[in-house]
Amino acid sequence: MDIQRGRVTAIMGPSGTGKTTLLRLITGQVAADSGSVVVAGQELRNLRRNELYVLRRRMGMLFQNGALLTDLSVFENVAFPLREHTDLPERLIRQLVLTKLQAVGLRGAAELMPAELSGGMSRRVALARAIVMDPEILIYDEPFVGLDPISLGVILRLIRRLNDALGITSIVVSHDVQEISTVADLVFLLSGGKVVAQGTPQQLHSYPSEIVRQFMGGLADGPVPFHFPAPDYFGELLARGEGP
Amino acid sequence: MKLIRDLWESLIESLVGLGSVVRFLFRVISNSPGALMRSDLIAQQVYNSGALSLVIIMLSGLFVGMVLGLQGFQLLQRFGSEEALGTAATIGLVKELGPVVTALLFAGRAGTALASELGLMRATDQLSAMEMMAVDPIRRVVVPRFLGGVIAMPLLAAIFSVIGIYGAQLVGVQIMGVDAGSFWSQMRASVSLSDINEGIVKSCIFGVACSLIAVYQGYYATPTAEGVGRATTRTVVTSAVVILFLDYLITAAFL
Repeated sequence: MDIQRGRVTAIMGPSGTGKTTLLRLITGQVAADSGSVVVAGQELRNLRRNELYVLRRRMGMLFQNGALLTDLSVFENVAFPLREHTDLPERLIRQLVLTKLQAVGLRGAAELMPAELSGGMSRRVALARAIVMDPEILIYDEPFVGLDPISLGVILRLIRRLNDALGITSIVVSHDVQEISTVADLVFLLSGGKVVAQGTPQQLHSYPSEIVRQFMGGLADGPVPFHFPAPDYFGELLARGEGP
Repeated sequence: MKLIRDLWESLIESLVGLGSVVRFLFRVISNSPGALMRSDLIAQQVYNSGALSLVIIMLSGLFVGMVLGLQGFQLLQRFGSEEALGTAATIGLVKELGPVVTALLFAGRAGTALASELGLMRATDQLSAMEMMAVDPIRRVVVPRFLGGVIAMPLLAAIFSVIGIYGAQLVGVQIMGVDAGSFWSQMRASVSLSDINEGIVKSCIFGVACSLIAVYQGYYATPTAEGVGRATTRTVVTSAVVILFLDYLITAAFL
């Protein structure tokens, strides 16, 4: 898999197919059993913990649930990476944080605590935190899960806008076909831990493969079976005994 | 045969677990110098583990001291030496009850709070988010909590003992009629520095043990509601057993 610099790349696939594992490989949270993962020209396998942390400063990640630090306010959450990694004066930190919060439309919520935010707001704050160090790579793990249509639209626009405005390389893991089709430049479709198709969203909609057709069309049955493997249905119903 | 195999497997599992705790302790200790530079984080955790446990420690200390005063008076009266109540209560509190009961209470209040907080941080990806922000959660989250507990524990044990002595005095002197001068003077004459040292050593070691068990259980909690609950329970149970075991070892070492 080659993820191109400066573009929005989507990684899609049925649940349990290895999308989040792939993200963890890219970010060095887990080590690859075989093969290699090269990020910004560096082979992750060869990096020590400190070197990996240096590389991660060039990445931002938006977690599925936002993963905001619950004991810190919105402002402090966004300021967290700045306070940990820089010696910037308080005045500059304040300006940077407010700029990022303004970009996600939540400058007015700076003093709120994470428990006071809706799911969509939490993710926008997490996005502001992810971009506060001006990363080169921004990774989104299932950014649309559980969002109402308005929040979803906001996140979609932010992904595109941040990518275009800041020249970031964006990697979005999702299984929301419609949403991804509007924002991604390139899509990798995974199944069973392997890339089964790649191309633009339009190309994937007409891809000559059963699994791709099933996934893009949202069909209940196909190469990914509707039923979990089980013994014969009638045989099990008619069988005597206690059952499972 | 199966019983032997099960016992062997559980022994191996325990040793692996112990090795993992020791490795974790080394990681915590190696990160401590860096974390000590962030005194604000440690002060916050001393407040969380120490100041927020004060009420329960003081109340328990008072009642334990009052019971000691009552029981001690009844016992010493049989030998006509009620005046030694101050000595008996103080030595019992400073050397034994102060550190041990404080540690058990600390494990129940601060230890469970630490374990569940870290477990929830794990379950809600907060620790992973820190790692992704190139912030080591051991240095930023675990070490300040560990050091906070280690600092708070001896202070709490000292407060427990002092309040306990006043509890014993309240019952012995004010209610049972022991002479106040005898109570205090005998205490001052008989309680040596080595008795106090034993209490300090015990409370410091219990502080390390309780804090380590709590942060370890929380940090490695299974990231589910059930996992966090289990980590919290394990914190209390393991701490209680370890405290009592260590108490025996330290007492024997001081003899």
